[in-house]
Amino acid sequence: MTLEVRGLSARVRGGGPPVLRAVSLRVEAGEALGLVGESGAGKSMVGRAVLGILPRAVEVTAGEVFLDGVDLLRLPEAERRARVGRICALIPQDPLSALNPSRRVGRQVVDPLVEVLGWDRARAEARAREAFEEVRLPDPGRTLRAYPHELSGGQRQRVLIAAAFAASPRLVVADEPTTALDVTVQRGIVGLIREMQARRGTALLFVTHDLGIASKVCARIAVLYAGLVVEESDARAFFRGPVHPYARALLEASPRPDAPGALRPVPEAVVRAVRAEAAAFDRTVRHG
Amino acid sequence: MVDLHPVRPAGRRRAGWRLRLSAGWLLLLALVAVLAPWIAPHDPLAQDLFAGRLPPAWMEGGDALYLLGTDSLGRDVLSRLMHASRVALAVALVAGTLTALLGTALGLLAGFLRGWTDRVVSRLVDVWMAFPPVLFSILLVAVAGAGLWTIVLAVVLIDWTRFARVVRAEAMAQGAMDYVASARVAGRSRLGTMLHEVLPNVLPVALAMLTLEMGIAVIVEAILSFVNLSIPTDDATWGGMIAEGRASIHQAWWVLAFPLLALFLTVLAFGQLGEGLRERLDPVLR
Repeated sequence: MTLEVRGLSARVRGGGPPVLRAVSLRVEAGEALGLVGESGAGKSMVGRAVLGILPRAVEVTAGEVFLDGVDLLRLPEAERRARVGRICALIPQDPLSALNPSRRVGRQVVDPLVEVLGWDRARAEARAREAFEEVRLPDPGRTLRAYPHELSGGQRQRVLIAAAFAASPRLVVADEPTTALDVTVQRGIVGLIREMQARRGTALLFVTHDLGIASKVCARIAVLYAGLVVEESDARAFFRGPVHPYARALLEASPRPDAPGALRPVPEAVVRAVRAEAAAFDRTVRHG
Repeated sequence: MVDLHPVRPAGRRRAGWRLRLSAGWLLLLALVAVLAPWIAPHDPLAQDLFAGRLPPAWMEGGDALYLLGTDSLGRDVLSRLMHASRVALAVALVAGTLTALLGTALGLLAGFLRGWTDRVVSRLVDVWMAFPPVLFSILLVAVAGAGLWTIVLAVVLIDWTRFARVVRAEAMAQGAMDYVASARVAGRSRLGTMLHEVLPNVLPVALAMLTLEMGIAVIVEAILSFVNLSIPTDDATWGGMIAEGRASIHQAWWVLAFPLLALFLTVLAFGQLGEGLRERLDPVLR
């Protein structure tokens, strides 16, 4: 078990509204879990909580995050950060802002290997070059020396994928990695993430609002609404027919190549039912 | 294919000239300032009452010995101009740099760390800016006495808020970028992230402001000299020369005009240098 999240709850600091409600997930090595839901459902928050980069305004109130058997939330800050840095990586949402504009992209891949993992520079540079070749960036030697603004959006996302997988981490969190990209570029990027993950046997937490993309990458799917995991199941079973009414409605609201037809918005009654579920959860927490 | 030679924006050539012209003027001024004791044709303090109010050499009645003429006490305007540039540039460099350091440091800490650091710095800036700056500097001179260091202190104390506010906003914007999150995931400390990731992206803005600030420092020095609150009155300053020239503007306009021109060109050059440097340094604008 690479990643196991148990009963993770979070809310806005200072008694604000809940953001996550007892989220539990497991991701094995070599497995990809798709975390899907509407915007605001808390998908990104799960990934960010695991990596310890929650927004300042959000705090974890309960739960455990086991990474290779160690509960990250029980570790002191410095130790947790060192551990996460060694075995995790993030593929962020927006390739435009995910690379530091004032530093050459090569340095941005190499520096963490040197500073955090303690590799010597020559080895790190060789590794970065290999990774650039692996993600099929053109002319890797030259691209390593380029500044982010000299690359296209798709190229930048390839750089970020190379950076994420360079040190062969145990867990990669991909936070909407295709959302900011052109539809024509998306397919290539998705395939690349899948390929890198399979080759290395990495555990992948794939956060997306796009069920079509999740179906291409993930073996299992977890549906989130209002910070609540309403369904977690095998991807094949999920796409054949989800059990939870909200999951079913969400799937019917998404375009699918295998079943073209009119899309149906998520019915009001279903939304009300899940909200009631969330409210019921909040009551048990308050009284329990 | 990676395009490493993107199309140059149309304004690029003009920006290049702007940078070259302003840098050229400031370089010339720096050279004159450093070499003033050796290249000034006359002693800037030597009076010659028989040669008072001589017009510039090319005008009727001018004397080739006094290229830009003399003031009412018969002192050589060119020599005084040269010596005065020493004071102006010293204030610009020292005061500008110290202001930038103080303001950038506080702005960066407030904008990146947020929380109580930000609250303390922001409130301090608010309170500070409510205080009238001219009154402040006059008060300072009254308390600390006139002198070069008092001017420097006045500029730093008045203007650090300008840097703090702009750098804070920029640091805040940069702090919200995904590359900062990535750096944190990769295990960089907060301090390391601030210094290695955020600071380089804040620098172009800070640098542009630094050169602007140097221009402002020159003006502040001139104003304080003008009202005779700057350095001991014997030494030549542009502001002091303007004040003296004001008295005899109808008889000898050149006493006022040349220091004014020097002041104007210098402040303009600092501003243009900042703009040009920002375009050159910012990798996105480049």
